[in-house]
Formats: sequence, C-alpha cells, structure tokens
Amino acid sequence: MQVIPLSTIDLSIAAALVVFLALLSNRLGLGLSKRLLISGLRMTAQLMLIGLILRQLFASYNVWLILILAAVMILIAGREILTRQKIRLRGMYGYGVGVISITISSFTIALFSLLVIIEVEPWYTPQYAIPLIGMLLGNTMTGISLATDRLTTDIHTHRNLIEQRLYLGETWQRASEDIRKNAMRTGMIPIINAMAAAGVVSLPGTMTGQILGGSPPLEAVKYQILILFLIAAGTGFGVVAAIWLTSRSLFDKRYRLCLEKLKKVQ
Amino acid sequence: MNRSLFAIENLCYLQNGPYSFTIDEHEIIGLSGASGVGKTQLLRAMVETILYSGSLYFKGQKPEKFSPSQWRRLISLVPAESMWWGEYVSDHFPDEETEVILATLLEELGFTPEIVSWQVERLSTGERQRLALARALVLQPAVLLLDEPCSALDSQSTELVETLLLRYRQRSETALIWVSHDEEQLKRVADRCFQVDQRGLHVRW
Repeated sequence: MQVIPLSTIDLSIAAALVVFLALLSNRLGLGLSKRLLISGLRMTAQLMLIGLILRQLFASYNVWLILILAAVMILIAGREILTRQKIRLRGMYGYGVGVISITISSFTIALFSLLVIIEVEPWYTPQYAIPLIGMLLGNTMTGISLATDRLTTDIHTHRNLIEQRLYLGETWQRASEDIRKNAMRTGMIPIINAMAAAGVVSLPGTMTGQILGGSPPLEAVKYQILILFLIAAGTGFGVVAAIWLTSRSLFDKRYRLCLEKLKKVQ
Repeated sequence: MNRSLFAIENLCYLQNGPYSFTIDEHEIIGLSGASGVGKTQLLRAMVETILYSGSLYFKGQKPEKFSPSQWRRLISLVPAESMWWGEYVSDHFPDEETEVILATLLEELGFTPEIVSWQVERLSTGERQRLALARALVLQPAVLLLDEPCSALDSQSTELVETLLLRYRQRSETALIWVSHDEEQLKRVADRCFQVDQRGLHVRW
C-alpha cells in the first residue's frame, strides 16, 4: 500500500473549513474566531518547520541533533506547563518543576522503551525516537499542567482549611493530603479515560496514523497499546513528581504554608 | 524565664510588635483590642503559621526543640471560624485513644454522643464553634490560644464553654490565652488582661 500524497490544495480545502467556522462563529457573535485562526496558522507553521527539521534528522542519524531537539522540546514544554497555571510558583523554581517532571514523564520513559522494549539499534534511530518523545511530551504535558494547576489553585483556595489542620498538629503531608489526591486525579483522568475509550469510542492517533501509512492493523494496534501504557506511566510519574516538588516547596520546615511563594496571573 | 510555662519575647510580625509576656501554669491571660489590630495574627505567630521574629519559649525551650506537630499540640490555636474537611463530624476526631476524653468533652459542651455521627453540613455556626473547641481539647494542649471562642454562641452555650475552660485550666501545665471583644467575659475569666495595639501590649489589669 502507498500513502496518497497530499497537495497544497488538499490542505487548503481543509483549512477553508476552519476559516468557514471562524466566519460563522463571528457572524453569530460567539467569539473565538480570531484565536481559532491564529492557532490554525501557528499549528501549520510549527508542523511545517518540524517536518523540515525531521527531514534533516532522518537523513543525518546524529545523536546530538536528536538530543538537542529533545532538550528544546522539553524546555518549551516546561514553559507551557507554567503558563497554563493561573496561580503559579514564583521565580525559576516553578519553571524547574515543569522541566523536571516533563523530563521524567517523557524523556526517561522514551529512553527506557527504546532501550528495553523496542530495542532498536541504535537507540536514537530517528524514526522511533522522535515520534515517541514527541507523543509522550504532548500527552504527559497535559496531565502535568492540569495537576499542577489544580494543586496550586486548591492550596490557595483552601489555605484556611490547611492551616486549621496544621493547628491540630497534623504534618503538612496530612494537611494537604486531600488536595494532593485531587490534583493526582485531575492529572490522570484524561489518560485513564483515553485508555477506557480506546478502540471502543475512539481510534487513537498512533494506530490511525500507522494504518493510514499502510501498516497491518494488528501491528498498528500493538504500537498503540505500547504508546498508551507509556503515556499512562509517564503521566503518572510526571504528575507525582510535579505534585511532590510543588507542595513540598509550599511548606517550610516548620510546616508553615508559604503563600508568598505563589503568584496570581491574570 | 525558664520557670514560666510559656513566654513570648520581642515577638514581631508584619508591621506589628514587639510583644513580650510570660504566662504561668493555671493562668488565663485576656487579650482585647480594636478589630484589625492583629490579635489573630499574634496567635498565628505563636503557632508558627506566619513569619515572625523574636522568641517563643515553652518551659524555657524554643520551638526548634520540638517538631512542628509537637509544638502545635502543645500550643494549640482554636480559630474563631472553624473549617471542616471531612463529611462527618467523626472524620475530625480520628484518634481512637481519645474517645473517653471526647465523650466527656461533648457532654460538657452540651452535646449528645450522637453528634459525632452527624454530617458537618447539618451543624449550626454555634455548634461548629463548640466542636472546634472540642477538636483542639481532645489533644490536651498545654497552652490553649482562643480566638473569640464564644463569638457565635448564645448566653447559655457561652456559660458552658466558660465553665469548661475554667475547669480545663486546673490541669497541671495548662494555661489559656483568650482573645475577646466581650469586656464582661474577660473580666469573668481572665486573671490578667492586655490591650493589644500595633506597637505592643498595655496592661489593663
């Protein structure tokens, strides 16, 4: 089977749908049209750029180029995690939490699967390494940012309650237990739902792509299962790290809730 | 210094202070002062939930000698408006060893034993305030910091609470610091009383 190549005209027709939607939304006074168009343009530019970069990478097989690309993606993801929080940790620490947890959730998990599960030679073979890292980054980033946002917002909202639990001699871990649990749940629910719906309600992206690309359905499904396990584990480890690093830094060694470390962003 | 049960020395926080006093066993110190002058913050500083400078001593020992949990079980703050995190009253009394103490406390506060199985939502403001007191007292703190403990209570419940607290202070190694806007109440319960303002404490009696 061969993939049918898409022409510029083909893509323009698809884009026209989004433009039409923007016009309709504008006409009905529903807003969003400008943001829709801008993010559409952004998406096209970003993907074209990464397409060009990938073409180079696939041709070169250079481990350093792949590591640099991964590092750049991780640094951008760390920033993205931070900007999605309405209430965030001040200073570089907040950014650091995002970068550390996304590194755990995507880079280490991708590396592990390349070395131990897929066992491709060499491990940085771009055809495997790049899609894996990219897929893990995108999906685990959502979980981590949802969880962190929930955590900082809830700690800020329930500051009096936490403090009253501290008055009763509870440790900071115990006083923030319910809030940390909720943050964990918030971060993990999307991937848990995705696993529950996979194949029944939705055909997830990896297998859809591979099937479109001509792979036998069963092989495509096996890769999809692998990816979903990796995303679930990656999100979980990343969320656990983010919750721990964030909540730990919000209490000092005398178990005082350090609200001054949080800042509200409009 | 070492002889007193609890002492604060040049305690400052935010724009307030310095405050100094010592309190002995069985003593009740009343604190009065205008709203917003920082009385609640003063209590919070004593349990180290806000930043402060100066020194705190429990029987001559600084807080660092204790874990934060130990310190707050010795010096316990009862807030004016209590917050509840569990669905049932019993969720807030997890310690089974204190069951006997709790039963007595509840009776003295005018509750029937069934109150522990109630949903927190069903409680009135006054009931919450009395239960918040019970929540702290079951842990048997040495120094009880009371932030307007009767602000939501009728005269009958106020009397119950006052009687209970006056009895509680008879225990050895126990003292109370009592913030109130009610002059009459402070005269009834406090051995000594300070007027609090931003600069310091002024002896009233």
